[in-house]
Amino acid sequence: MTVIDRADTAIEVPIVDSPPDEQPVAWNHRHLLDVDVLSWADIELVMHTTDAMREVLARPIAKVPALRGRNVTILFYEASTRTRVSFEVAAKNLSADVVNIAAATSSVTKGESLIDTVRTVEALGAQMLVIRHPASGAPYLAAETFGGSVLNGGDGWHAHPTQALLDLYTLRSRFAGGSLTGRKIVILGDVLHSRVARSNLWTLTAAGADVWLCGPATLLRGFEAWAIRGAAAGVRFHVTTSIAEALRGADAVMALRIQKERMAAGLLPSLREYAARYGLTRERLALARPEAFVMHPGPMNEGVEIAPDVAAGSQSLIEEQVRNGVAVRMALLYLLAGVRPR
Amino acid sequence: MTGRQIMTADEIRRATIRISHEIVEKQAGTAGLALVGIQRRGVPLARRIAESIAENEGVDVPVGALDITFYRDDLSLVAQQPVVKGTDLPFDLNGSTIVLVDDVLYTGRTIRAAMDALVDFGRPQAIRLAVLVDRGHRELPIRADHVGKNVPTSREEVVRVHLEEIDGEEGVLIDRATESVAPATPVG
Repeated sequence: MTVIDRADTAIEVPIVDSPPDEQPVAWNHRHLLDVDVLSWADIELVMHTTDAMREVLARPIAKVPALRGRNVTILFYEASTRTRVSFEVAAKNLSADVVNIAAATSSVTKGESLIDTVRTVEALGAQMLVIRHPASGAPYLAAETFGGSVLNGGDGWHAHPTQALLDLYTLRSRFAGGSLTGRKIVILGDVLHSRVARSNLWTLTAAGADVWLCGPATLLRGFEAWAIRGAAAGVRFHVTTSIAEALRGADAVMALRIQKERMAAGLLPSLREYAARYGLTRERLALARPEAFVMHPGPMNEGVEIAPDVAAGSQSLIEEQVRNGVAVRMALLYLLAGVRPR
Repeated sequence: MTGRQIMTADEIRRATIRISHEIVEKQAGTAGLALVGIQRRGVPLARRIAESIAENEGVDVPVGALDITFYRDDLSLVAQQPVVKGTDLPFDLNGSTIVLVDDVLYTGRTIRAAMDALVDFGRPQAIRLAVLVDRGHRELPIRADHVGKNVPTSREEVVRVHLEEIDGEEGVLIDRATESVAPATPVG
């Protein structure tokens, strides 16, 4: 077990005033590939715009014409329900035209390369491209070719920026004062294969949270080294195999899905064994603070990484994460749509 | 404040009170009346008009705030998206008489966007328009029902309304446009 000590000085989180009156927003990213390139001011702007989108979602007609005439193409090379539907609903709420492409039923199965597919959808009118791909880095390759904006809907083990931003938004909306500073947040489970964990590490540490990664040693591989290197760069977090140590006094617990499809042989003895040692049960959750929040990026393996009664319990924010996901994606589509295409 | 002053704090106050009387007179009372300020400076103006109505009629007229950003017709033309300031309409619009309140009426495009936004919230019986300053140069067939002051301007000029609640000072100024004051939101 390795525990990386947090420095005594709390991470300085700049307080950004509400954006200045009648100034265009200072958003200069053409793509959203990961959260690591976002400044704290960028993140604050996404949060502020998400508030406005939540208000839109509460309207009798939850639709505004902000992206009228824009073509948002959703290209998914991996199975997905919530992220794909969430992007689609978000784009439609902004009156964009949505084209859905599932790789399994497209020319990809005939051997078309990613770059050729991107060129094709652009020729067919795509102006914003939401892409999910099993290969880490694939959206970066797409962004080199595509003339409009690329939004990463999850790439391999690497990044899931919209999930990290919706998780941050959900936590901010629940913690008193909207601040994560000093809050103990546990990311529990299959960290190794998790793009959600990797993207969340950036945003949660930037927000000043006390982040703990917890799981069996085989599923934390590489993160101890990152914790040591990251500490030098101001990204501080803890890594532990002890679930009791991780959960004790926690303010929020994010359970991660055991990614069977990415699991190489020998990392886990069995799912039963995993559930017995690392499953988030009511008994284990009792180690955390009584009002601690439970989150899960979905889809859940209930009874494996999270017990059904915990997932559906009063401390669970899982459905709220899904609802906020639509608002966050609306905000990002809106902000990216303001940047000139190449 | 720079530029030539065309309305003082007192003139703004008197115009606001007069508009509040006109609104009640036109509606023959306050039944079904609601004020909706357009972000940002329409919002404090709407509140002031409501306060004046409360003083004179003893009735609290509901006040809302409307952000028209998502309804702008130039979203695909601006270089960066404008900051969204939030909408809050805490009353039922169906069957009501809505008085839209804004600081400056110019091209009419803001009002067009505001009407589009309003009808997404319900079906008002009527929509009226009150502005502190009408500076002319309409690009759409829109007129105000209640005007604080008509000010002839050229397109090269900029009309700036300063309100205590937002700017910490009161006054309406007119100035020659410079590159740096090109408006990020449509004036008018």
